[in-house]
Amino acid sequence: MPVPTIDRTLDEVLTLAASHFKVPREKLTPDDDFFKTLGIDSLQALDLLTRLEHHFRIELPDYELQGVSDFRTLANRIQARL
Amino acid sequence: MRDFNGQTLSWQIVDGAIELVLHRDPCNEIGSRTLEELEKFATALPVLTNEVHAVIIHSTKAGFSAGADLRELFQRGQAMEKSAALRGVREFLERIHAVMNAIDAAPLTTIAAVHGVTFGGGFELALACDIIIADRMARFCFPELRLGLIPGFGGIPRLKRDLGNAVVRDLLLTGRSFNVTKAQQIGLVSQIAAEGEALRVARATASQVGKFGRQTAAAAKAFVKPIPYEELQREIDIFCQLYSRPAVEEGLRKFVESTDAQPYLP
Repeated sequence: MPVPTIDRTLDEVLTLAASHFKVPREKLTPDDDFFKTLGIDSLQALDLLTRLEHHFRIELPDYELQGVSDFRTLANRIQARL
Repeated sequence: MRDFNGQTLSWQIVDGAIELVLHRDPCNEIGSRTLEELEKFATALPVLTNEVHAVIIHSTKAGFSAGADLRELFQRGQAMEKSAALRGVREFLERIHAVMNAIDAAPLTTIAAVHGVTFGGGFELALACDIIIADRMARFCFPELRLGLIPGFGGIPRLKRDLGNAVVRDLLLTGRSFNVTKAQQIGLVSQIAAEGEALRVARATASQVGKFGRQTAAAAKAFVKPIPYEELQREIDIFCQLYSRPAVEEGLRKFVESTDAQPYLP
C-alpha cells in the first residue's frame, strides 16, 4: 500500500481527533495545541495515541511525543512510522 | 466472605466465578486502603475456592488501574523520618506481594479483564493473573524508572516469567506505554476484545474454564506457571535500595505537584 502524503496523514489525525473528542472538524487547525483545543489531559492523550496507532496500524512509542502538543508535529511523528 | 463491598473494590460470585471489581476514583490507584481490601480478598480466596472455578478482575473506572498511589507514597514519605518511611515502604511491599502471590498461586483460573490505562501496579496485578483479556483501547506501561524506581509489586519477575528478556528490557528501560496489538504480539495478552467488551469475553472464557475438572486445571496451572519467589523477594530489596535515594523523592514530588497536563506521558 502506498504511503499517504503528510497532508493526508494530518487530515486523518485532525478528523479522528475531532470525531472522538466531539469537536467540530473545522475548528481544528494543524498548529493548534491539542491539549488546549481538545481540552484533554495526559490520560486522554494516551487514548488518542492508541486510537491513532490502531487507525494507522503503527506503533508510536509515547516518548516520541515528549513535548509534542500540536497536530502538525504529531502527524509528522506518525508519518515517520508509515 | 462470599461477597464484599469496599471503598476501593468489591466482589461477588457470578455464574461460578468470583468477580472482583476495582472502583476507586480516579483510576484505581493502589494505596493503603486498596491494599487492606485486597488482603481481605486474599483471605477469602481459599474459602471460596471450593465454590468457584475462576476469578475475574476488572474495573468500572476509566482504566484498569493507573498503578500505585504515588500521592500517598510521597505524602507518607514527607510525614515521617526517612528510616521510618523506608520501613513503611518495605512493609507495604511485603503485604502487596503476599496478595499478588496468593492470586498468582490460587488453584483457580484467574482472568484480568483490562481496559484503558493498565500501568505500574495495575499492570502487575494483571500479570499475577493466568489470562489477560484486553479491551482494544487498553494500554500497558511500567513507568517506574521515570521516578527513579523499579516496579515493586512483582512486575519484573512475572514479566520475565512470561516474556522474552529482550522485550522485558525494552519495556522496563524505556518506560514506554504500548497498546494491545503490541501486547498480543509479545505474548502478554491472549485475547483482544472490542471496546467495552473485555468483561463479557472474560465471562465467556471463565464459563469455558468451568467445563473442565478444577483439580486438573489447578495441576496444569501449577506446572506451567511457577512462582519466582526468590526474584520477587529480590525485587523488594532493590526497590527499597532505590527508594532511599534523593532522586526518588524529587521524582515523586515532581509527579505529585505537577500541574502539567502530561504527568502520564514520559
